[in-house]
Amino acid sequence: MAHEQHNYLNHQKGIWSWLTTLDHKRIGIMYFVAIMSFFFLGGVFALLVRAELFTPGKTLFSADVYNRMMTYHGAIMVFMVIVPGIPAIFGNFVLPIMIGAKDVAFPRLNLMSWYMLMIGAAITGSTLFLENVDTGWTFYTPYSSIKTGLGVIPMVLGVFIIGFSSILTGLNFIVTTHKLRAPGMTMNRIPLMVWALYSTAILQVLATPVLAITLLLLIAEKTLGVGIFDPQLGGDPVLFQHFFWFYSHPAVYIMILPAMGVISELVATYSRKVIFGYTAIAYSSLAIAGVSFLVWGHHMFVSGQSEFAGVLFSFITMLVGVPTAIKLFNWIATMYKGSIRLDAPMLFAIGFMFLFTIGGLTGVYLASTGMDIHFHDTYFVVAHFHYVMVGGTLMALMGALIYWFPKVTGKIYSDLTGRISWVFIFSGFNVTFFPQFILGNMGMPRRYYDYLPTFTELNQMSTFGSWLIGTGFLIGLFGVIYALLKGKEAGNNPFGGKTLEWTIPSPPPHENFEKTPVLTGGPYEYR
Amino acid sequence: MNWFSLITATSFMPVPATKESGDVDNLYIFLLVSGLISFIILIGGMVIFIFKYRRKTEDQKSAYITHNTLAEFLWSFIPFVIMMIIFAWGWSVFHDLRRVGEKGDVEVHVTARQWAWTFKYANDIEINSPSDKKLLDDPDSTLLKPEIVVVPVGKTIRFILTSDDVLHSFYVPAFRNKMDAVPGRRTTFTFTPIEKGDFTVFCTEYCGTKHSNMMATIRVVDGEQFAAWQAEKIAANAGAITKGPAERGEALFKGSLGCSGCHSIDGSRIVGPSFKGLYGNKRDFADGSSVTADDAYIKQSILVPTAKIVAGFPPAMSSFQGRIKEDEIKDIIEFIKTLK
Repeated sequence: MAHEQHNYLNHQKGIWSWLTTLDHKRIGIMYFVAIMSFFFLGGVFALLVRAELFTPGKTLFSADVYNRMMTYHGAIMVFMVIVPGIPAIFGNFVLPIMIGAKDVAFPRLNLMSWYMLMIGAAITGSTLFLENVDTGWTFYTPYSSIKTGLGVIPMVLGVFIIGFSSILTGLNFIVTTHKLRAPGMTMNRIPLMVWALYSTAILQVLATPVLAITLLLLIAEKTLGVGIFDPQLGGDPVLFQHFFWFYSHPAVYIMILPAMGVISELVATYSRKVIFGYTAIAYSSLAIAGVSFLVWGHHMFVSGQSEFAGVLFSFITMLVGVPTAIKLFNWIATMYKGSIRLDAPMLFAIGFMFLFTIGGLTGVYLASTGMDIHFHDTYFVVAHFHYVMVGGTLMALMGALIYWFPKVTGKIYSDLTGRISWVFIFSGFNVTFFPQFILGNMGMPRRYYDYLPTFTELNQMSTFGSWLIGTGFLIGLFGVIYALLKGKEAGNNPFGGKTLEWTIPSPPPHENFEKTPVLTGGPYEYR
Repeated sequence: MNWFSLITATSFMPVPATKESGDVDNLYIFLLVSGLISFIILIGGMVIFIFKYRRKTEDQKSAYITHNTLAEFLWSFIPFVIMMIIFAWGWSVFHDLRRVGEKGDVEVHVTARQWAWTFKYANDIEINSPSDKKLLDDPDSTLLKPEIVVVPVGKTIRFILTSDDVLHSFYVPAFRNKMDAVPGRRTTFTFTPIEKGDFTVFCTEYCGTKHSNMMATIRVVDGEQFAAWQAEKIAANAGAITKGPAERGEALFKGSLGCSGCHSIDGSRIVGPSFKGLYGNKRDFADGSSVTADDAYIKQSILVPTAKIVAGFPPAMSSFQGRIKEDEIKDIIEFIKTLK
């Protein structure tokens, strides 16, 4: 019987055994701790940014300090939280188990990815103490290359290294999905979470190198004076935008596809129903990944690129809307004639669909050239991408956390705490970001330290909402600590999940499966 | 505000002031209504299912429905068609906003720099905005009063944009139009105003410390008022020639060169060092060296600002090489001499 209590958590002891572990489950937990710390930091910056905007004029800080906080909020949240978030934490933990494997294909590479993230984050974070950066997370030239301080160099170098972490994780997931599936687990039987992670991995491997090269070119211009982006040296300032968005647009889907994978799992489990249109959801992930490479120019409708380029990018961008709509329809159709339970993770899934629908529909406004001209670089855009990326990804992340918490730790996350946290986060989101759509309508540009008095009330609403979100996440954190200390024993399958991770003990044993499972059917077979 | 404008929320947008902006608003109303209907179908459906199919007993079974080809075809095809309509409509509106290559009845060269806009008319009238006066009577406010740029109603106006330093973006919410000002490149911003009044220009491309300060006001007036304004400006310019060098320097300092955006004359700190008591006094530099401010030093600071960085200030200034004439440098120096 002693054999049964042997799990990955007590398999080895001591901090050193964690720092040198090759177990994908432990690496997932290490990612969780690291990324949640970054999230906390990015969140504090967000609250400070919103606090400054509570009144027009100077509220707390000078314009320079505000610009820096805005930059760190964006850079931390994008590069260190939302991009690695779900794939690195939950992907690492559940992907091998979901396909019946003992680990990822390259366990050492997996550990190295974590260290890459840590090193990159340390270098980027060091600029907070050495020389603050005020470029915004997009590092647009020529401001970044000629007009601002040298802090840009370590910051960008850190992001470059974080990019490698992303590439290595993606590579690992692709090979794992192709090579380590259990007998009978055909590509059309893998869970949708795995499909989402797989599509994400393709984007990570193909798009991230472009960012890496772009950032190196920026460093070359800043240190060596090579004329690439600076017109005074014969460079092209808009070229940077092409390079940057060639990565950063697909990156939006690196952020959102894993979230969509989580939602597919949650909707099936909590509706206790076979997923509607498995193939459509799976292949729409691939379609989104494919098309997302060809739409970067929609960030540049007013950059001075030709009208033809604008129209072409608008057309291709519209096409992304179709597979996205398909996914939403499929999730809702899955709930039809289901047996739905509104546990906290399902609330987060519903919150995701609500916020993502608003985010997606407002994305159509921005994809339409004639309309985007008015909204480009206003608060409408800020509201849109927070609804998509944050409302989408963070809702899914909270849902995933509570859903897989029993599997990871063996303890049940208090459903009541989850629900209270949801009420704050969900309502806070709408109070924070909905007024920003109206601010965009009125014409308030983004990245403004100071604004006209007509924008005051809506900004105050927005700031108030940010406190609600902050409270919601603190309650979520309290839930984690409480569950670890006082949580009930979970058992193997507390929610009635049908994917493979629910067939093994919680927490899982060191090598996941006692005996390699053999699959005879697809996932989600609720009959 | 009638019920329709409330529903469509165009009441939040500034009054459409150009020929093109009404078309943008029509597209906006279509997007809003179609978006609202889609939202109600999706989220309404979801909410109904949540309540109707709520799990009542622990052993409640669900239906086994794997897919439905017709439904899936329809919910892929219909959004596709709607999006193609939005695409084509957006394109046609976009084409009217851009009007690349079309000559304007009035053409103005607009140069952006950190953190000001210079508007130069064909007859050498120059407006530099914002001014050095505060916009609001509030000690915490950083906003500066925008200068007024006048254009005639009903004519096609073409602004030809460029930038001296970094990217900026020229945005007039009431015109529903926006265009980046790119260093080393010319872009155009064409519009036909149909409403008289004052309209605010914002900068929407992040450009550093005083990004949110870069405002101007476009005043649309009728043809006679525009002609009168131009005549008045031309007369003022002619008067300036008869002025002494220090007055000319002051006009340059506060006007077209926009020095006052970063340098104060009363000793207060803005972005760069103040010019009060500059001439003939010692300047300490970031590298530890120092020099007495004379003609040669001031000239070098204007043409090669990064050569000597005053201690405690960022190397933020762009070179005025090519934008300033030799006489103008002399006038500026004469003006600085007066700032005891």
